[in-house]
Order: sequence, then structure tokens, then C-alpha cells
Amino acid sequence: MYGNAYIDPNEKFSSEEETPELLAAFQARIDAGDKIEPQDWMPAMYRKQLIRMIEQHAHSEIIGSLPEGTWITRAPGFRRKLALMAKVQDEVGHAQLLYSAAETLGKSREDMMNDLITGKSKYSNIFNYPALTWADSAVIAWLVDAGAIVNQLANSKGSYGPYCRALERICYEESFHLKYGHDNVVHLATGTKKQREMVQAAMTRWWTPLMHFFGPSDKASVHSDTLMRWKVKMASNDAMRQQFMDMYIPKIWDLGLTLPDPLLKKNTETGLWDYTEPDWEEFKRVINGDGPCNAERLAVRRMAEENGRWVARAINNEEAEHVRPFA
Amino acid sequence: MNNIDALKELLYKMADDQLIIGHRNSEWNGLGPILEEDIAFSSMAQDKMGQSEHLYNLLNQLGEADADTVAFTRNAPQFHCSHLVELPIGGYDFSLIRHFLFDFAEYLRFEALKTSAYQPLAQVAKKFFGEVKYHTMHANTWVYQLGHGNEESNGKMQESLNFAWDYALGMFEPGPAEEMLINENIFIGEEALQAKWLEVVIPLLEKSNLVIPEKSSWAPIYGGRTGNHTAHLQPLLSEMTEVYSIDPSADW
Ligand SMILES: [Fe+2]
Ligand SMILES: [Fe+2]
Ligand SMILES: [Fe+2]
Repeated sequence: MYGNAYIDPNEKFSSEEETPELLAAFQARIDAGDKIEPQDWMPAMYRKQLIRMIEQHAHSEIIGSLPEGTWITRAPGFRRKLALMAKVQDEVGHAQLLYSAAETLGKSREDMMNDLITGKSKYSNIFNYPALTWADSAVIAWLVDAGAIVNQLANSKGSYGPYCRALERICYEESFHLKYGHDNVVHLATGTKKQREMVQAAMTRWWTPLMHFFGPSDKASVHSDTLMRWKVKMASNDAMRQQFMDMYIPKIWDLGLTLPDPLLKKNTETGLWDYTEPDWEEFKRVINGDGPCNAERLAVRRMAEENGRWVARAINNEEAEHVRPFA
Repeated sequence: MNNIDALKELLYKMADDQLIIGHRNSEWNGLGPILEEDIAFSSMAQDKMGQSEHLYNLLNQLGEADADTVAFTRNAPQFHCSHLVELPIGGYDFSLIRHFLFDFAEYLRFEALKTSAYQPLAQVAKKFFGEVKYHTMHANTWVYQLGHGNEESNGKMQESLNFAWDYALGMFEPGPAEEMLINENIFIGEEALQAKWLEVVIPLLEKSNLVIPEKSSWAPIYGGRTGNHTAHLQPLLSEMTEVYSIDPSADW
């Protein structure tokens, strides 16, 4: 659900003018490792799925800045405060980069914003959970960003040029976020009794949302096969989840923290992690709007949009002497 | 009061102003009127925070506690910030006008301090001068743009300017031992600074289609420098220290 956008199985997948010749030539470019650029011919479904994916990713960045953002004013000490501010600023910058990448496919930022605040388009489910304590913000910075990196690194090898380039820059910045988050969690996990309790509680709270993060197992379908061949979808949800578990569960355990799943262990035969399936009904419920923070997140975004409209009206005023925004 | 105390007083008011306005501007995170402004406000807030930390470090060298302790354990009456920076963020129009009025004052203060006889402060002033100059350019570009934008934006900016003006004059509340700093060429003094500030901001505001409040009505709002604050400061500090105070001796 971060980069791998939802695929509607009933959607019309191709159109008349998409002749077998055109499609074959398109596929050949992708197979040869070419990047598709905005002015190039592309199947309608390729365009549509990419818009959906990049837009949802952009929304995830901007909504994702909210739960951590609420801790900026409460961060303990200059070092953490400055690092968290820089991190959250980066996330808003990621949204900006991604909206620009999506715009190259023909949907305006304004339309995307409207679809976000009216609830028409989605964003990563994980941001519908609250960051209750400072330790939650630390766990988010470490592990949600770690999950995002797994997903974004895979997608950066995709076929659409502008998205890949945006992702390369984003991944570079995300690696600092992860370092900040890890350092923060380490300090709490090796700190005073209160700090340790705080971070353990946060880890327990965030485990299910983290398991949900990559989405349910993909169902095999013609759609998802085609999207894989077009290098729109780069890895299965399960493969990314396994990669994440492989990289981070040992690190979590090393810190003396526990995870709320008694079945969790690396299976020596399959080389994969065994785990209890998280509650996918909850996942569906939350993604469809009924999570602890959905309403609040959208309300904040809507308020920001509405409060800011007068600024947009003033700078778009044709009559006004024109000055380029400085920053 | 000896001149070390006078110097400390100067450093405290500068550092506290920057910490508190940095805090206020960071509240814009995720709420900016457009993404670009969200990012710009955050970036400038980080600069302010960083500058305040530096100034607290200078105080530390003069025998005060370390920066985190000073910033995260004092209560409102121990703060030296001006009322202007304490006020809630309000609408973007108010935050922008405050940013304009405050940053030009800060810019001129740093400019004057570049030649301060107190070397550590002169060095900090040189170091941060460029950052603050950028902030004033940002502020001026936006005030100009919204002053000229349309009737609605001009009206909002004018209203906020009217509201903020006396608070802004309050930034220049004279300190009790300023003579000492002036005589030793450490600082030019608040009165001289205010004169420079008026010379710079009045023409810029007028170019932005805004009207300066009638001079006869000016009534600077003082008190912040002596620990008498608005009701907005203590809640801000309680929020800021919420996590730190769980265990001030812990390593966060
Ligand atoms: Fe990001
Ligand atoms: Fe993120
Ligand atoms: Fe991040």
C-alpha cells in the first residue's frame, strides 16, 4: 500500500488503438531496460496505474509528516528537535517531488490534492494510526521509514523515468531518516526504565501496522502480471515484507525488545520468516476510512488547504504584478 | 550589574527570541498554505533553533548551564523573549508579517554585532548573517506578493500588520545595562537598532502596498525582557518540555 497501489480487477485494461505492434514495441523498450519518459507513447493502463501509484505515494509523504510532525514541538533537546524538523521537512519535500512526477503523466497537483481531501484517493494505511508517545515517533522514524526504503528501492528500478529519478533522491534522504530513527530507538531501549518501557510499548503498538504495511499477499492475476512485466510493480508484497523482516527483526531483538507474535521465527528450511497473519479485516476497515486517525488526518489536511486558499488566490491573481515565489 | 551580566542579558534575549519564534514557526509543519511555504517555514525555523543553540552555548562559556538545560528547564518568568514571538501562529498572514518584522530586526542586530568588541559574539553574528539575510529576502518577497496580490490578501496583511506593529516595537525594549554595552562597543543599543529597523522596514512595507500605523498611536508592548510575558508563553514551554521533563537526567 505504500508504492504498490491497489489494482481494480474489473477495470478495463486496454483500448482499441493499443495495437499489438505498439504494445510489443513498448514491451521491448522496457525489457531492454529503457526508461519511459513523459512524451513517449504508453498504454493508457500504464499511465493510469502509475498516476495512482505516484499520487498515493505523494499523499503518503504529506499525510505521513503529520503523526511525526506533532512531536516536533515536544522533541527532547536541541539535537532531536533539529533532526526531527529536518526529517519532516524532507517528507514534505518528497511529496512535492512526487506530485511533480505524477503531473508529468497529466494529472494536476490541485486535482490530486482535491482527491486526497475528499477521500477519493488513498495513502499508506500506516499513517492512520496515532503516534501516542515520543517513542512512537522514534519507532516510526526507524521502521516505517525502513519499510518505505524497501518499497522505494524496489520501485526505483521501475520503468518510468521521472518516478525513478524522484525515488533515487528520496531513498538517499530516507537513509538519514532511518539512521535518526534507529539512533533514537537505541537511546530509548538502552536508557532509563521509563524510556525502555516507553519504547517497548510503542514497538508492540506498531507491529501490526508494520506487518500490514506492504499489503496482503498478492493474488495472481493478469493485471498484476502485466504490471510486473511493465515494471510498474517491482516486487510482490510478500517478498518485500520478508525482506523487511529479514533486515529488521534481528536488530529489534538485539536491542532487547520483544515483538507481539509468538510464531515469529526464521524458518531454516524455507529461509523465510514464519509469522501470524495480521488481522487483514482490520487492514480493510482502516483503509476504507474506519481507522483511529483517518478522519483527523484528512481534517488537518483539509483545514490546511482551506486556510491556504487565499494565498493561492492572491498569487494566481492575473492582474497582480508578478513575482516568483522565492523559496 | 557588571558588564558580564549585561552581556548575558543581551545573549539571553537574542537566544530566547530565536528559540521561541523557531518553535512557533515549526508549528506550521504540515499546515503551510502551499507545500513550498511549508518547507520554507520549516527550514527557517531550523535555522532559528540552531542559532539559539549557538547563543546558549556562548552563555554556557560564560558560566550558564548547557543549552538543553537552559532551553528545556526554565519557566516563563525566566525567559527574556519579546511578546511578539510568543503570540500563537494565527493565520499565515500574521505569521508572515511577524516573520518580516522579526527577521529584519534580527538581520540588523547581527549586522551591528559583526563588529562587536566581544569576539565570540562577533563570530556568531558573521556566521549567521547570511542565513538571516536569506530569511529577510523570503519575508520581503512574500509580503510584497501578498500586499499586491488582491484586495483580500492586501486586507489580511494590513490587518495583521496593524495588530503586530506595537508588539514589534516591543522587541526594542531597552535593557537596564545597555550603556555599559554601548560604551564598550559590544552592542549599539536597542534605541539605535530600532531607528535602523524603522528606516529599513517602513519603505519596504510601503512598497508592498501596506500602510504603517499612525506614528502618534505607536505604543510599544514591553515586559518580555524582564520576564513579564503574555499568557501564551507558559503553555508553549510546557509543551516544549513535555518529553524532556519525563526525566531531565536521561539521555534522549
Ligand atoms: Fe519520505
Ligand atoms: Fe516516510
Ligand atoms: Fe522518511
